[in-house]
Amino acid sequence: MADTHKQHAHALLPPDPALRVKAVETLLVKKGLVDPAAVDAMIDAYQNKIGPQNGARVVARAWSDPDYRSRLLADATAAISELGYSGLQGEHMVAVENTAHTHNVVVCTLCSCYPWPVLGVPPVWYKSATYRARVVRDPRGVLAEFGITLAADTEIRVWDSTAEIRYLVIPQRPEGSEALSLDTLASLVTRNSMIGTGLAAQPQAG
Amino acid sequence: MPPHDAGTEKTEPAFAEPWHAELFAVTHTLSASGHFSWSDWTDQFAIALKLANNNGSPKDGSDYYDIWLVTFEEFLIARDLANASDLADLKHAWTQAYLSTPHGDPVALKKVGE
Repeated sequence: MADTHKQHAHALLPPDPALRVKAVETLLVKKGLVDPAAVDAMIDAYQNKIGPQNGARVVARAWSDPDYRSRLLADATAAISELGYSGLQGEHMVAVENTAHTHNVVVCTLCSCYPWPVLGVPPVWYKSATYRARVVRDPRGVLAEFGITLAADTEIRVWDSTAEIRYLVIPQRPEGSEALSLDTLASLVTRNSMIGTGLAAQPQAG
Repeated sequence: MPPHDAGTEKTEPAFAEPWHAELFAVTHTLSASGHFSWSDWTDQFAIALKLANNNGSPKDGSDYYDIWLVTFEEFLIARDLANASDLADLKHAWTQAYLSTPHGDPVALKKVGE
């Protein structure tokens, strides 16, 4: 290459880690270990298709269909795949339901295991050392920082995810949501409410 | 731990940087094709996160994918799925490709011998 590149005339050089990831992917593709189309399809899926909207549909269905709720609590992996959402590595899903007396919170104390098929990729705070350590020691304090104050007699259960078992919280159905459609119900189910660091949103008055 | 995201939840992109998405997808794709189990990977990643935490890395998760990358490179090398000199050569080749591609053109590696 005899190219004497002019300043700024060339493509912007990505940061060092981005170049290293490109090197990893190129090498694995060259060795025939990874199909680049599969990598691109997965990026597209996680950027555009797979996210908390999937989990929200699971929760909305459980709220409005008692049979589905029973199936979800008995075998969440099967009930979730009924709606077309299935796992990446076949990890086992467990649904835990909030009640007037019990509030569930999910963490992965070791790394960041997360129910990808229903929630997408975890937010930054879920991956932080602070959350991973503190939610176990002081769940009530952590929930307060997320703006949740629970009654003193509400039991808080903290579920530690692993590579094999992932948890989905079924938040309490908000009052006044009895007449709502599945779509509207799903719109009340926030990501944090399915991790347990939030509650389902209240329906709009009127 | 704050800032929390009650209001930003809907607008937050899945990945802060394109390379985070690429790394996530490459790791999952390779595992899904049977070259290692997901728990093989998380076992090693968990150790790396703990070590980084003990060594004073940020507690806010901001270096999560940086640690993932370094650990994944080591993981591939330990399993003989990659070697360090190939990775260094390819990183160099990508750097040269970016520096020699006119702005706005797609960047691609030169074929060997070109």
